[in-house]
Amino acid sequence: MKPRTADKIATAIIVTFALLIVAILVGLLGYILIRGMSHISWDFLTSAPQKIRAGGGVGPQLFNSLFLLVLTLIITIPLGLGAGIFMAEYARPGRLTNFIRLVVEVLSSFPSIIVGLFGLLLIVNTFNLGFSLISGALALTFFNLPLMVRITEQAFRTVPKQQKEAGFALGLSKWKIVTSVLLPVALPTIITGTILSAGRVFGEAAALMFTAGMSSPRLDFSNWNPLSPSSPLNPFRPAETLAVHIWKVNSEGLAPDAIQIAAGASAVLVITVLIFNLAARYFGRFIYRKLTASKRMN
Amino acid sequence: MVGRIYMSFCVMLLIVIIVSMVYFVASKGIANFVNGEVKVSEFLFGTKWSPEADTPSYGAFPFISGSFLVTLLAALIASPLSICAALFMTEIVPGWGKKLLQPVIELLSGIPSVVYGFVGLSVIVPFLRNTLPGQGIGVAAGALVLSVMILPTITSVAADALASLPQNLKESSFALGATRWQTISRVILPTTFPAIMTGVVLGMARAFGEALAVQMVIGNAPFVPRSLFESASTLTSVITLGMGNTTMGSPQNNALWSMALVLMLMTFVFVLLVRMLERRNKI
Repeated sequence: MKPRTADKIATAIIVTFALLIVAILVGLLGYILIRGMSHISWDFLTSAPQKIRAGGGVGPQLFNSLFLLVLTLIITIPLGLGAGIFMAEYARPGRLTNFIRLVVEVLSSFPSIIVGLFGLLLIVNTFNLGFSLISGALALTFFNLPLMVRITEQAFRTVPKQQKEAGFALGLSKWKIVTSVLLPVALPTIITGTILSAGRVFGEAAALMFTAGMSSPRLDFSNWNPLSPSSPLNPFRPAETLAVHIWKVNSEGLAPDAIQIAAGASAVLVITVLIFNLAARYFGRFIYRKLTASKRMN
Repeated sequence: MVGRIYMSFCVMLLIVIIVSMVYFVASKGIANFVNGEVKVSEFLFGTKWSPEADTPSYGAFPFISGSFLVTLLAALIASPLSICAALFMTEIVPGWGKKLLQPVIELLSGIPSVVYGFVGLSVIVPFLRNTLPGQGIGVAAGALVLSVMILPTITSVAADALASLPQNLKESSFALGATRWQTISRVILPTTFPAIMTGVVLGMARAFGEALAVQMVIGNAPFVPRSLFESASTLTSVITLGMGNTTMGSPQNNALWSMALVLMLMTFVFVLLVRMLERRNKI
């Protein structure tokens, strides 16, 4: 074959495959949104699910997912920031640093089901917290923490070196440089990464099946006492999230409209992830403009 | 000073988490072997899984082989697609190709796994049932769902590798009169091969550990499949289904923990492979 013909054929194949991936995404999103949107209504989003009859909603599940996300972020953000800043600015190259890097790498590549099983052993059984929101949030912490560390470390590493040197030249302490010179520059990247990781946490199911549980008690949304068992704010109650609900409805759902419920819930999940994606993009840019002098430099 | 102590605490916490994770899963995972309930060889290579029979047998080979089978198939389907996508956005049309594919890759990796399972169950399974022999659920459906899930992983790693290739390597090839495909196939791909393999291994690691999406479409039969259109099981699907229905500490439950240990050990193997490939990439 002439090289020119081979080149043309290869280019055609590459372009076809690349466009095929775009088509897969468009088909996937289109299918989920079109199938699911018709089933989404205010009633679907707020009412409780039905076990055997049709017409159940996903209200408690949606609330559980959001609440769990907030709890997880409250725990992981400070821890991830601390460890990430340490890795980027304080850790000296050597055996220990390499070992910590390996730990982060292994931890972030553990399958989420292993994280869930570990949560079941340690938090649910050994610490005796039972199937509860707090167990779920801790399991998601193991899941999200390595990600946060990596995001923070990478964000700090992309800060131009001159920024740091200018700080030292002014006689600032290392801690002062980290908090008031480097952190503001790194913050937009960190926030973008955090919002994207929140999307992952929001859709996670395997790690939660064995920790947050697969049932949700009857919730009374007018009860704001966090210690009462029927209060939505009680962190020690079992909580089925939206993603777990989709799995359960698909594999053992008894309601006659199980498929529609799964379609509607999938659409809600995907729309939320899309919102997270958009928010990450805009919010990161917004914060960057607020915190740095980039406006004047342009 | 306070900041330093706090940061060291955070790092220590990471180490404590991983050590306790390995310890807890391993101690449960080897329980059956230590108290003589099951032999290691029987667990790894036994093909009969019947924990509720009068003389129970705990052969996990159908699940181990099932996991490897769907993982390899998914990698075989996804790798060519991903490498083409990466070439498309770095070599063919670097301008709008990247603008088009970058968000696509981000969105694909953001879609939760249960949603992939749901779509697999309501699109891929009926399609396979109508066009090919078998029930639709089975190894082929599992591999197809997984291959879409690992597309973004392989594509983004491969695209990074291609983008970081020194520009003059390409230019000298073009200067010799090589066509674009000759440059890609004889210069670019061989040079970036270890880096692209890193992406493939990362994708396989994700496929091997994926639980719910596979469980929904693979059929969960405890046998070694004889064709791609028969139902089978993976380690993750058996754990997902069995863990809630068995009592803690029973031999059957401990066998599930042994499977979790196998999953964990495989994660170590994948991380090791990635590290080896990265070292080769540096030279």
